[in-house]
Order: sequence, then structure tokens, then C-alpha cells
Amino acid sequence: MNNKKIKAGITVFPGSNCDADVYRVLNEVFGLSASFIWHKNKIKDLGGYDFIVIPGGFSYGDYLRSGALAARSPVMEYVKDYAYKGGIVLGICNGFQILLEAGLLSGVMLTNDSLKFECKDVYLKTLNTETPFTCALKKDSLLKMPIAHHDGNYFAEKKIIESLNHKNTVIFKYCDENGAITEISNPNGSMYNIAGISNENGNIMGLMPHPERSSEKILGSEDGGYIFQSIIKYIKER
Amino acid sequence: MRNKILTVTTVNEEKMNKKAFIKIMLKDEVLDPQGKAVLSVLKSSGYDNVKDVRVGKYIEVDFAGEVKDGHASLKEEAEEISEKILSNPLIEEFTIEIK
Repeated sequence: MNNKKIKAGITVFPGSNCDADVYRVLNEVFGLSASFIWHKNKIKDLGGYDFIVIPGGFSYGDYLRSGALAARSPVMEYVKDYAYKGGIVLGICNGFQILLEAGLLSGVMLTNDSLKFECKDVYLKTLNTETPFTCALKKDSLLKMPIAHHDGNYFAEKKIIESLNHKNTVIFKYCDENGAITEISNPNGSMYNIAGISNENGNIMGLMPHPERSSEKILGSEDGGYIFQSIIKYIKER
Repeated sequence: MRNKILTVTTVNEEKMNKKAFIKIMLKDEVLDPQGKAVLSVLKSSGYDNVKDVRVGKYIEVDFAGEVKDGHASLKEEAEEISEKILSNPLIEEFTIEIK
């Protein structure tokens, strides 16, 4: 299967600002056919897309709560239908916050415990490689990717955390450069260093770090590219 | 005649112009970093008797018409709005006053 045949949709809300980065990486770096889906788009059936990316940014200026307003916009109803039918959905940074607010993933993002906007490279440990987002990775692989967020402090009640652990749906944790999951390598106070989770079925993933900003050598890391390579591999093999 | 019309308008306005005053606070068990930051500034400004600060949101919702179908009262409608959209029940709780 030619990469060009893989169709990706990138949702765009007022205030999205990583949409063009995702577009570039998917089209230019990986040679896919990616296009934008404006939030007022009237195409209700997203079934023509092989996967959907909800990019980062500050949708609706982070008003009310990060991701809260975007999660209730019409296009998210279509994304929900798509996801419930098993469609692959990746939410990056604000996209992760939108997935949480939309109820497609469990938990919520609080303000970073540092109270600062954290913008730096972090290391991630891959905990589950049996998802469309990680199938090109080996278990425990370390990935270097940048974060850039103010509300990335993952919080969930005990019941939800137990369920995430039980179902193996914590996909990535923040760690140090040797792979040790430590308090000091946790950039935002996130519970158990959680950086990325999926739903039970594994077709929806939220990730705080930015793979689209780390898919080209010139940007300092190509590790984020493994996320997109995994999606491509998964689609080609399914 | 004119007076009569004015009276009718006033009655309608009274009926329609209800507001919900909604206060949203983080639950006690959820750390409030913003409150902690304000607390530390208050303390360093000499208000050393301040024990804790919590920061929340105050939202006014102005209703222009009758209560939405399927709701017994504006209070009930405001509760639904607060629960579904204005607050995140995982971390926040709210109180509503209708005036």
C-alpha cells in the first residue's frame, strides 16, 4: 500500500496552532494524504479517513477549561461517532485535553504543579506496544519529544487509575534519559508520571508531548516519528 | 393604550429575565495551584493570618425565554448546564442561585 493512499484528517478549531505542523509531517515527511477538517465542517461521516488527529494549540483560548469548548463543538460529535466505530484518533496536547473533555478518554488535566507553562524536551517510556500508535516500537523504548503546555497535570480518581493499570492503557510515562520513572522527570505533576493514555479498545490515544515537533532530524529529534510510523504500519497491516 | 402595552412588556420581561448565578470551585481534595500561588503572595505581603486560598469561577447565565422543554424549572436547566458544560464533575463542584 502506497503511503499516499492513507487519508488523515486533522481537526481545526479556532485557536488550534499545531495543525500546520501535523499537516506538514504527515504530508511531507511521511507522504500521506492529510487534510484539514474545519470545526464547522458539515461532513458528518468521517469514515473516509484512515485516522484523525486532533492537534495541539489553545482551542477557544482555553476558556472555561482547556479543551472544554472544543469538545462540545459539532465536529467532535462526528469524531465521537468515528471513534466509537473503532476509528483511530490521536489527540496531541490540547487534542488530549479535548479527548478528555469529550469523554473519549478518562480523567482530566489540571494546571501544572509548577504553575508554569512547561516548554522543554522530555523522555517518554513506552509501556504498551499493542496499539495503533506504538506498534512500530519495542516495549520500554525511550522517546525524546518536546512538551509545551500549562495544563498537563493528569488527574483521575483512584477507580480510573486502577482501570488504566488493569487494562494496560497507560501508554507513555515521563521518565529520565535512562528510562527511570522518577519524580524529577515528571514535568507537570501528572499522576504516576502519565504522559499518554488510550481507551480500552486502544483506538483512541491522548498524548501530551508533541510527536509532530520531533519527526525531523533538523528539529532535534525524530522520535515522535515512531508514533506516525506505527499508525501507518497498523493501517497497512490491518 | 400605550400604557397597557408597556405594562405587558414589563410583565414579560419579568417573566423572562431570570439569571442563574453559578459558582464553581475545585473539590476540596483537588490541589488548587492558583490558590496556592495567591496564598503565598498574601503571606509574603504580610497577611500572615491567612490560612488557605481557593480560586474558583463565577458565571452569570442570562435566560431570555421560558425554561427549555423537558426541564421542570430554570434551576434544573441551570444544573444540567453546569454539570454538562460549565464544570467538570471529576474535579469541580458548583452551586446555583436563580434570581
